[in-house]
Amino acid sequence: MTKSELISRIAELNPHLYQRDVERIVSTIFEEISVALERGDRVELRGFGAFSVKSRDSRVGRNPRTGESVNVNAKTVPFFKTGKQLRELINGS
Amino acid sequence: MGNTVTRAQLTEAVYQEVGLSRNESADLVESILGEVSNALARGEMVKISSFGSFAVRQKGQRIGRNPKTGQEVPILPRRVLVFRPSHVLKNRINLGGDKAPAGL
Repeated sequence: MTKSELISRIAELNPHLYQRDVERIVSTIFEEISVALERGDRVELRGFGAFSVKSRDSRVGRNPRTGESVNVNAKTVPFFKTGKQLRELINGS
Repeated sequence: MGNTVTRAQLTEAVYQEVGLSRNESADLVESILGEVSNALARGEMVKISSFGSFAVRQKGQRIGRNPKTGQEVPILPRRVLVFRPSHVLKNRINLGGDKAPAGL
């Protein structure tokens, strides 16, 4: 399922809404999550999961083709932990 | 460290963005999370451009160990959800972050 398929599906379930508004709603949700992560905040959606950011220290990496050492800067990466309910739903238990 | 954002803030953002009631905004947030969950439960991959993709991965059986007792226990085959953030999201997080200006 892509974002546009998700939008169509939500529009189908809410025939009283304009497709364009559904588009804005779906975008707003993912934008809000992104902005929160940019601030370093955690996003906790009970039953679904939690988004957070994790810091990675700088390290010496290697160019796999040339074997040359390169310095990899410290960085922050997004992380998602699946919620309990969703995990169970996926396992069909 | 930062705050925690929950459904309440997502609902508020939807409410501010579109002229719907708070109740209906909350229902929509729920319904969107629900549709993503259902797709994943069907084993479908969910791709949200400039955000990331969620995929279900099948894990085989392996032998685990109870760390307290050292006893071996089988971990049954199961399906797990993995999230791969998009490059757009990764870059945004590194630029917005408080440390290390990412090399541009």
